[in-house]
Amino acid sequence: MRRLKPWVFAACLIPLGLLLWRGFTGGLTANPIEYITHRTGDWTLRFLLIALAITPLRRMTGWSGLAQFRRMLGLFAFFYATLHFSTYLVLDFFFAFDLILDDIVERRYVTAGFTGFVLLIPLALTSSQRMIRRLGGERWRRLHRLVYAAATAGVVHYLWLVKLDIRPPMVYAAILAVLLGVRLWFRFARARPGVTSGVDSSGGVPVDADPVR
Amino acid sequence: MLIKQAPDIRSSEITDERLYRNRRQFIQAASGAAMGAVAGATVLGQYGGALQAQEPIPNLQKSPFSTDEALNSYEDITTYNNFYEFGMDKGDPARYADEMTIAPWSVRVEGEMNKPAADVDIDDILRPHTLEERIYRLRCVEAWSMVVPWVGFPLGDLIKRFEPTSKANFVKFTTLYRPEEMRGQRSRTMEWPYVEGLRMDEALNPLAIIAVGVYGKTLLNQQGPPLRLVVPWKYGFKSIKSIAKIEFVEEQPRNSWNVSIPNEYGFYSNVNPEVDHPRWSQARHRPIGAFFRVPTLMFNGYADQVASLYDGMDLVRNY
Ligand code: HEM
Repeated sequence: MRRLKPWVFAACLIPLGLLLWRGFTGGLTANPIEYITHRTGDWTLRFLLIALAITPLRRMTGWSGLAQFRRMLGLFAFFYATLHFSTYLVLDFFFAFDLILDDIVERRYVTAGFTGFVLLIPLALTSSQRMIRRLGGERWRRLHRLVYAAATAGVVHYLWLVKLDIRPPMVYAAILAVLLGVRLWFRFARARPGVTSGVDSSGGVPVDADPVR
Repeated sequence: MLIKQAPDIRSSEITDERLYRNRRQFIQAASGAAMGAVAGATVLGQYGGALQAQEPIPNLQKSPFSTDEALNSYEDITTYNNFYEFGMDKGDPARYADEMTIAPWSVRVEGEMNKPAADVDIDDILRPHTLEERIYRLRCVEAWSMVVPWVGFPLGDLIKRFEPTSKANFVKFTTLYRPEEMRGQRSRTMEWPYVEGLRMDEALNPLAIIAVGVYGKTLLNQQGPPLRLVVPWKYGFKSIKSIAKIEFVEEQPRNSWNVSIPNEYGFYSNVNPEVDHPRWSQARHRPIGAFFRVPTLMFNGYADQVASLYDGMDLVRNY
């Protein structure tokens, strides 16, 4: 199990590697800034959803080893979100803060994206063992439920920015709905006496985050 | 396709790819560097294989309407396209448009005109016209722009041949509908075929042209051959591609984007920095190949030629 981790880490860097490779070979299309924005946006959302899939998958398969990847995947979501936002901040708007502020206030798709990004910041900052211990498991868990809001904001952001074809964002919306629905279901199932099969005592909340383990 | 022959074409006269390459290399390098890489980009281009043989167009007239701004490269112009008939990605037209057959080609011309309705063969359409080079700015509604050396002739000259009547208030254009060859038409992202329109006085404005080529060569399939409209003071989607039908009509036609999302895309669609798209600003745009956004000009910088068409009109309501 432990030996898998470096491989997963390397795999998470493939999207960045592809972007760099395209950068060197002239493959970023005629509009490189748009291309980079889109690819980093895609991967932010994908990593968020993959990270959110870990707990349900672990429950269903009983493979508890999955839990060790969750933090890494969540941090990669933040990593790509940071690249995505930096592309916007530096390449697209070149620190024109007045225009950026207008954009955040006036364009609802930017408002949503920005909300998602801001929500991810405290999660990334409190991802270390030390911070988990400092906050205490219960408070940490409650804080980290913000990831549901961040992912929702990300999907809404995508839905609001497409020009015509809402099918791609709807696919993400459907996956997110399933991932959140499964959690509700876990909770609901636990709440009903007698239905306990395979459901542990923590309800839908990610127990495996339990810091002192 | 019949294109009048004359001896002395020198495509070097209209091509300055070096200028473009420098800009391009700069931006590739800059993006790469920003991603944590070192500079040293090469220009390879992913779609090189998709470029088909084209006919060179000889002896082009120059036009006083041409801008002397730096041209975008042939590669940019032919690999970064919106032509939803072949897919929504900017690279889709370059990938899939060669599935469309463009010969034989005729254009159905009908409606409020003195000449009888007819299917006019492409050669008969082109024969009387002298082709010119028109280097125009192209401003996409998505807030990017290019400078394109079109080859074409004034739309007005074509229209007059059919003698539209006084009832012909608008000209309606329709793109080819052929889902077997145009894969985007197989999904109902929009209502097909694509329709666009101009008010008659807009259509007769000397800036409006029918284009048959770019960079001194006939259009590649992703650019909308064999005939397409170019109206440089309007957002790019007004410049309908691969025209199969031209109608002279009394009522304002409903153009496809207006049908799809009426509150975002109107009939007029004049480039206007003061009227934002509901979801993004139109005040500035990024020229493809340049790093920074630049201010967008009223009517895409063609106000001198076209502003009078809209005297007294509320351009916020008529977006
Ligand atoms: C949780 C945070 C975020 C997620 C999950 C996210 C995700 C996405 C996705 C999936 C796309 C579309 C990619 C595609 O078309 O293939 C996108 C596009 C974009 N995002 Fe984000 N984003 C986030 C935050 C932000 C922030 C903070 C900004 C800027 C303030 C931003 C600005 C943009 C822009 C400008 C586009 C391109 C819009 C266009 O092409 O019209 N995003 N993002």
